[in-house]
Amino acid sequence: MKKVKSLLISWEALLAILLLISIVIGSVVSPYFLSGFNFNALTSNIMEIAIMALPMTLIIIAGEIDLSVASVLGLASVVLGLLWENGHSMWLAIGVALLVGLVAGCLNGLLVTKLALPSLVITIGTLALYRGLAYVVLGDQAVSDFPTSFTNLGFGSIPGTEIPWSGLIFAILVVIFVVVLHFSRLGRQLYAMGNNKEAARFSGINVGRVKLMLFMLSGVIAALAGVIFTARFSSARPDNALGFELYVVTVVLLGGVNIFGGRGSLLGVVLAIFIVAILQNVLSLVNISGDIQSLAIGLLLILSVLGPNIAQRIQVIITRRRLAAGSSKQV
Amino acid sequence: MTTTSQEVERTKQRGQVSQARLFRLVNRVRELGLLIVLLLIILIVGIQAPRFLSIDNFEQILLSVAILAIVAVGETLVVLTRNVDLSVGSMVGITAFVTAYFFKQLPNINLLLGILLGCALGLVLGMINGLIVSLGRVPAIVATLGTLYVYRGLVFIIAANTTSQVNASDVPAGYLALATTQIFGIPALILIAAVIAVIVGYFLHASHTGRQLYAVGSNPEAANMIGIRRDWLVFAAFAASGLLCGLAGVLWGARFATVDATAATGLELQVIAAVVVGGVNIFGGSGTILGVLLGAIVLGTLQNGLNILNISQFWLQAMYGAAIIVAVVLDAFITRWLQRTILSRRKKV
Amino acid sequence: MTNPPEPIVELGGIAKHFGGVQALRGVDFSLFPGEVHALVGENGAGKSTLVKILAGIYRPDAGVVKVGGEVVELRSPTQAQALGIAVVQQEPMLFPDLDVAENVFMGRHPRDRFGRVDWKRMYREVDQLLASLDVSLSSHTPVQGLSVAEQQLVEIAKALSLRARVLVLDEPTAALSPHEVEELFDIVKQLCERGVAVLFVSHRLEEVFKIADRLTVLRDGTHIITAPVSEMHTEEIIKHMVGRELSNLFPKGEAEIGEVVLEVRHLTRPGVFADVSFQLHRGEILGFAGLVGAGRTEVARVLFGIDRAESGEIWLKGKKVRIRSPQQAMDYGIAYVPEDRHQHGLVMNFSIAANVTLAILQQVSRLGLLDPRREQKIAGEYSSQLRIRSAGVEQLVNALSGGNQQKVVLSKWLATNPATLILDEPTRGIDVGAKAEVHRIISDLAARGLAIILISSELPEVLAMADRVIVLHEGRVTGTFARSEATQERVMFAATGQDR
Repeated sequence: MKKVKSLLISWEALLAILLLISIVIGSVVSPYFLSGFNFNALTSNIMEIAIMALPMTLIIIAGEIDLSVASVLGLASVVLGLLWENGHSMWLAIGVALLVGLVAGCLNGLLVTKLALPSLVITIGTLALYRGLAYVVLGDQAVSDFPTSFTNLGFGSIPGTEIPWSGLIFAILVVIFVVVLHFSRLGRQLYAMGNNKEAARFSGINVGRVKLMLFMLSGVIAALAGVIFTARFSSARPDNALGFELYVVTVVLLGGVNIFGGRGSLLGVVLAIFIVAILQNVLSLVNISGDIQSLAIGLLLILSVLGPNIAQRIQVIITRRRLAAGSSKQV
Repeated sequence: MTTTSQEVERTKQRGQVSQARLFRLVNRVRELGLLIVLLLIILIVGIQAPRFLSIDNFEQILLSVAILAIVAVGETLVVLTRNVDLSVGSMVGITAFVTAYFFKQLPNINLLLGILLGCALGLVLGMINGLIVSLGRVPAIVATLGTLYVYRGLVFIIAANTTSQVNASDVPAGYLALATTQIFGIPALILIAAVIAVIVGYFLHASHTGRQLYAVGSNPEAANMIGIRRDWLVFAAFAASGLLCGLAGVLWGARFATVDATAATGLELQVIAAVVVGGVNIFGGSGTILGVLLGAIVLGTLQNGLNILNISQFWLQAMYGAAIIVAVVLDAFITRWLQRTILSRRKKV
Repeated sequence: MTNPPEPIVELGGIAKHFGGVQALRGVDFSLFPGEVHALVGENGAGKSTLVKILAGIYRPDAGVVKVGGEVVELRSPTQAQALGIAVVQQEPMLFPDLDVAENVFMGRHPRDRFGRVDWKRMYREVDQLLASLDVSLSSHTPVQGLSVAEQQLVEIAKALSLRARVLVLDEPTAALSPHEVEELFDIVKQLCERGVAVLFVSHRLEEVFKIADRLTVLRDGTHIITAPVSEMHTEEIIKHMVGRELSNLFPKGEAEIGEVVLEVRHLTRPGVFADVSFQLHRGEILGFAGLVGAGRTEVARVLFGIDRAESGEIWLKGKKVRIRSPQQAMDYGIAYVPEDRHQHGLVMNFSIAANVTLAILQQVSRLGLLDPRREQKIAGEYSSQLRIRSAGVEQLVNALSGGNQQKVVLSKWLATNPATLILDEPTRGIDVGAKAEVHRIISDLAARGLAIILISSELPEVLAMADRVIVLHEGRVTGTFARSEATQERVMFAATGQDR
């Protein structure tokens, strides 16, 4: 474990350096970068993705994947909007939205665990299904008539600071998830499952139940992200957060989590979240559009895996040359 | 003594032959199943709306899936090797835009040149994917997720620096005609898709390299052991996927006439749906082009049917999702049932 | 006999090292056409390295390889194949999604005059090949559903179609029933008559005596001796393999056998096993003998809650229980050390400590949070108790030797403080020295009052360690023997389903 940890720490060290570099670049590029207002904008922009990245990290470490998160976000958002529009209380609307997320995650989990189906394909299917249901619920309408007490959640900040409320929620969740993944029994079970599902099962770990819970958690958190998203934009639409799932996966992979499971840490993911947030922010500040920002993210993703691979290859070649030189010396 | 041993021989041979028949049938189960589903859909919708059953309408269905089918054929090659190509939507989008823009700027240029340009661009993009995966050892999901973003970003950059949108009036009629001409009464688009499917399907069935693709996906280590050039094959599969996306992009521009930087966004979902529904194993090693074609047609028919029954367009996405899930669930049940029956049968023998 | 025959393969002074380990040192070896040559040695003696060099997977650091009298450089498996060397590995490397015919011909499909794959000819030729081996498989059979024995036959058919001059069989009989072993030996004899040289790598000396003409012993990467089989005795061979007199391979202490701890009545899982009944006492080692596929592991899996029986009863300490999951089995004090430690026993990327505590996470955590100090303490205790050789309990288990890995698995299950311990092939794939240690541990455990089920395919092990032996054949109990009554012949009879 320690050896694995030390390897990870070096990836996280790299990310930390990258984070510092991006902050420096940001402050050089634009005078507005280091302002409190900008910090607020930068953070609130990434919060939904950040929040969804937390359960996604656990799921990927456990050896699965959930591509339906953005669709659950959208579905929860329209359910919230619909209920609000029909006169129900905001609390009821939020509660039902979270429940919808729970059920959606439950369906994912049941299909993957009870029927032993690959989560990649299943969640591509539910990605379409849940997004589709969102369209069925609201059509091409939007609900935008939300009370300020609600929109403050996404839009406003903790009084006296520039930290958005969503940032506080994220911080609390990070603490919980870090404790669970890195210090708890459940976390050890997740790493075991991701490394060797059968060995975990033979050790008495109820792999099916744990994975089901993970998917349900992912669903609820995605719904929570939906509530925040709706508050921030003051708008419930079926196409909310369209395409976000890929961003969430990108951020997790960038954070050093291995796509095949069993390896990774939340520290890396949190660093990656802020690197991406700053990158997007800086590019916006120099008027580069969102779609082109995606290009930078995509490039970063590829390099994050390609880089270490190439570095490793070079190291092997160097070691081989050294060995060959060494052995020829002996002869 | 001789009679009994002869009888034993004959029983053995009969056993071999009947086994052989059983196994050949098993391979065709998926395609038969899809045909049945197709017929069911046609029946159910046709009863409620007779105009669904017109030749015109069937032509419409085939037209609507022709471009998708071309991309799906390329995707199949990649999936067979135990990889996946999520960047197809972006590749189609960028080649569609670039080709359309090319024709806009050089309206008198030879049509063939424009087509070749689009295909070449797709080929290059596919080769980049292939290099990242085979040489760079980056898992295909990660690599093509990245290039999905990168290629899409590139279209936006190009669009920002050239024109935000290419309209039907901007391009030569010859280009648009690609999508509308008919040969022997059948739209060229459908013919092109059919020809490509036949060529690739034949390639997969009748050539060494085609069979090696299956081997690579079924057991990559074993393939390595017998000297199959795995990396080269994976690279080639991605390159082919890119090439076919390039062709699809050219046809996309011709068909949809108005092309902007968002062209073909989200296409990868429909493509994977067609591939999965068509019976290709997401882990590689099995699947047929015929199945993928049927998968695309079933999905297209379903979409068309929903349209005709005036069921709101908003059910479309949900339908795609449900179709994928149902296909995977059914596939799992059928495979498990088959394995159980085959195993028990052989034990008896 | 005019001229002495030329060897078909000649290895001279072959050396190979990996990292810091010298796997082969200056090995000389030759193989003649038409002979069956056995290669024996402990685990780590260098047998598989030698095989992989012949297969073209590894390149020797030094030495000369001659095939058919000519010096060659075996640069790749394809090249080795082209030279007529076919290797059937322990784990058949086949393509599960394809059928038998394609597996035989992959990469070399017969072509018609247009260059297309000639499917008809391929199926026909493979059917003929299979018929010539007297195998009742169809060339259309999907490989996925084949048994290990059948998969091996496909590999042999592949070798034949390659017109191999040399066939290397690496531990081919590990998963075969005696009947299948007989069939395999018939095929081997056929091949020898055709002039093929067969290299037979095996642990099982009884089989070596049955089929081999000459044998070579390797130890620690060095060639020890090559001699005709007829001139050697078992003890001699073992002495060469081990390099020392092993007086007590199976140390079995005395243990007091107490009350019934586990009773199984008429346990049935249709298609797998039927009507299995037995009793297990405190301090007793109950041997489960039988051939691979007899159903022993399947019974164990039911006892451990991984699978469920359709009918029958399990009684623990006088109470009837239902075991629905491994966690439940553990709650009932049952521990299961699985057959395959790589797949089921260990998490290779975890440290020793993490593996040892994996089944007792609750005990090493407080309020759900792990206590690393407690983990290390427990792991350290077992490490010294079982004499696990490592660089500390934080070392990753994939760096340990097979024997030490097995000890880690044992530690993991001992840490659960079981009353009943089921061991499934506990000494498979570990060298003789470590084997003796594991046996000592098992004896100690019995002496301490554990009730132990020992599933093993190695008859000598079962006979030496067990107080009683139960034999399964195709899912049914065909014999029960007390220690004094059990002999190899009797157990073998029961294992092959023959009535006495």
